[in-house]
Amino acid sequence: MKCSKCSDKAVFQNPNLCKKHFIAYFENKVKNTIKKYKLLTKKDKIVVACSGGKDSISVLYLVKKFVKDPVAIAIDEGIKGYRSKTLEDLKEFCKQNKIKLKIYSYEDYFGASLDKMKKLTHLIPCTICGTFRRYMLNKYSKEYTKIVTGHNLDDEAQSIFMNLLKNNLEISARLGPETGLIKDKRFTPRVKPLYFCTEKETIAYSLLMGFPVTYTECPYSSLSHRMFIRDSLNSYENKRPGFKQTLIDGFIKTLPKLKKHFKTKVTTNSCEECGGVSDNKICMTCKLSKEIKNKSLYKNKHNLNT
Amino acid sequence: MKIFIEKTNKNMNKKFIGTVGKLLSELKINPETVLVTRSNELITDDIRLKDKDNIKILSVVSGG
Ligand code: SF4
Ligand SMILES: [Zn+2]
Ligand SMILES: [Zn+2]
Repeated sequence: MKCSKCSDKAVFQNPNLCKKHFIAYFENKVKNTIKKYKLLTKKDKIVVACSGGKDSISVLYLVKKFVKDPVAIAIDEGIKGYRSKTLEDLKEFCKQNKIKLKIYSYEDYFGASLDKMKKLTHLIPCTICGTFRRYMLNKYSKEYTKIVTGHNLDDEAQSIFMNLLKNNLEISARLGPETGLIKDKRFTPRVKPLYFCTEKETIAYSLLMGFPVTYTECPYSSLSHRMFIRDSLNSYENKRPGFKQTLIDGFIKTLPKLKKHFKTKVTTNSCEECGGVSDNKICMTCKLSKEIKNKSLYKNKHNLNT
Repeated sequence: MKIFIEKTNKNMNKKFIGTVGKLLSELKINPETVLVTRSNELITDDIRLKDKDNIKILSVVSGG
């Protein structure tokens, strides 16, 4: 297969491009997304949320091209054999590229690693993991104007589908290249420069760029609903190539209407325990941490007021 | 042919001649979920493989 732009051999298909043209294609796509949706401006103070996986290393590298001195932040959930590995890659990458990296752990903040929490409850680890990670990210990014994440087209397609299956359009309304429904001081907006890049493109890019990434899979991922949706969407994509892209294109068109519709429903309530934003009296982070604490193997933690 | 499958961390030796696409379908791997390299160079599904090739099947789906 030849590159569609020159006579070199293609290294990627759909679009069929050689190494040089693929890198240019990928970087342009990211650049155009940032520009079109005004994701990053000169005035912004940026923090990049990193997992250490291939997506986050690629986004970190690209953001560094567009803004001065981005800071990287990572949450260490405490997943043995998984996060420990991806964080090693991240540390190495940040060192080589002179990027300041801050790591915060569940162990320090909540008093227990996710591995330990998993043993204490019947909750699906991903439920705890997602809620706590979001909470900590928000807490430690207050001094920044934007949080950049490595979410790609596949992640977004999965989220849309999951919300659809849960009949939860309101959560979908918060998605998009820039998240949220309204400007809210209590939340730092999240932006997704890889929004239109598929997972496959992102991995191809990181391979072609020679980024240091070891393949690892979270030991809990088989328990996650997202992984089930991911596999289903990929089976369908195999039968109907371009399906995920079409889904996102359609979603982007309806998104402004969705955002407008749900804007009025934005809650200004605060959690009675920690003061964080919450639809209910007690936020999800407080509720979950209480539930785990009641199982009582760890004490004294979720010191939200200190 | 030497084949390494990243997702399951499995090395195997297999008699095979044919395209990358055919290899993936024989191994029951959804091409949407992988990238394939030969001697560490990315290759596309139409490439014809030889029995002496050294193939890696890399997973593109993120795990968590
Ligand atoms: S798979 Fe679940 S537990 Fe593992 S990192 Fe992802 S959200 Fe967390
Ligand atoms: Zn080319
Ligand atoms: Zn709370």
